[in-house]
Amino acid sequence: MTARRIIPCLDVKDGRVVKGVRFEGHVDMGDACELAARYRDEGADELVFYDITASPEGRTLDYGWVRDIARLLDIPFCVAGGIRSVDQAAACLDNGADKVSINSPALERPELISEIAERLGSQCVVVGVDSRREDGAYVVHKYTGDPDARRLAGRRTMDWIVEAQERGAGEIVLNCIDQDGVRKGYDTAQLADARARLTIPLVASGGAGAASHFLDVFDRANVSGALAASVFHSGQISVPDLKAFLAGAGVEVRQ
Amino acid sequence: MIAIVHLGAGNTASVQFALERLGAEVVVTSDAAVIAEAERVVLPGVGAAGYAMERMGALGLTDIIKRFERPLLGLCLGQQLLFAESEENGGATMLGFIPGRVTRMPVRDDLPVPHMGWSQLHGLADDPILQGVREGDYAYFVHSYVCPDTDATIACADYGAEVPAMVRQGNRWGCQFHPERSAKAGAQILRNFLELDA
Repeated sequence: MTARRIIPCLDVKDGRVVKGVRFEGHVDMGDACELAARYRDEGADELVFYDITASPEGRTLDYGWVRDIARLLDIPFCVAGGIRSVDQAAACLDNGADKVSINSPALERPELISEIAERLGSQCVVVGVDSRREDGAYVVHKYTGDPDARRLAGRRTMDWIVEAQERGAGEIVLNCIDQDGVRKGYDTAQLADARARLTIPLVASGGAGAASHFLDVFDRANVSGALAASVFHSGQISVPDLKAFLAGAGVEVRQ
Repeated sequence: MIAIVHLGAGNTASVQFALERLGAEVVVTSDAAVIAEAERVVLPGVGAAGYAMERMGALGLTDIIKRFERPLLGLCLGQQLLFAESEENGGATMLGFIPGRVTRMPVRDDLPVPHMGWSQLHGLADDPILQGVREGDYAYFVHSYVCPDTDATIACADYGAEVPAMVRQGNRWGCQFHPERSAKAGAQILRNFLELDA
């Protein structure tokens, strides 16, 4: 078995960790390396760094920053933001990242998923999906890092995650936008639906506001991990306290 | 000096940084002469088994690695390469230090594949590379293919079935998980590797 993974997500803009409410109105949360070291020491199972401005602005990651993080961490981490080619994904790994997460570029050119999987292995290809319920169906959004660039991707979420898996994704991070930044809990119904359609690991994102939300999403949606940002960065929930709570409720966590 | 074998794009940097955190002098290289002379060799996994063996051959490294007599550590796919063959991508002949065939993990409703995440180590053998590692310590795994359980197994993890988490054959060790990403237990294993008699 694997322990359920607790994954702080650091949205990075211009080298700083930021957090927005429903992806808008970003607030400075601190230095990326300092936060990474703090989460490592507190027992986070994995970290995700999203360069949230990269995709809409058409630029790619600053790989030196990936290297600084890689030197610090003895836990896995995933990098996302404007990765549009196999060479860019390879450069992330060459600088010490364990996985890359692709979102908008995969929607534009789904072959990117298989190209990275074939060269670098499925295990390092995470497909991030921003999804919200509209007119009774879950639909995919893209360019969610920038409110001005954000738009519908023209795909249904459940079709897209299955296609991503078939193309070689090693993991799906399903970010439920309705819940994002509003801290009312994960969208367990949507996540359970997604879980039932996949054979690869699924990670929940969007909506964490209390320790009980993590328990709910593990119990009801059977996800492999749960990602959250502001509740950790603000200090509202500490990783060790959260893990003690989950262990007490019978969830396997690494302590 | 520790040589990390560079077969192509892959997460060699994270292995390099982990060894450097422990004070080791490390070089990431595909130079046969450097590898042949190294005090220890780390063989990380890159891509698929067939691809890795092809790269090893193209770089003139296969015989160097087969003949290397000091401590060698295969990581992730690097552990799988120690076995005779793999069924990955239609089949691959590998280094053959340990008999047996590496197979695809079966998909089950309750067990996603890849096996990705932290699993506990158990069934630890009395081996110098495991000194200070305890039953139940967590290690970080990412793999879709699994090694056969043989006499070479020195640690296991449970993922639906017994997963050989570490193996040893003579001067060659393997970790199916990523010690460079396995927090304290991983660092202990790497430290032990650095202290093995060379």
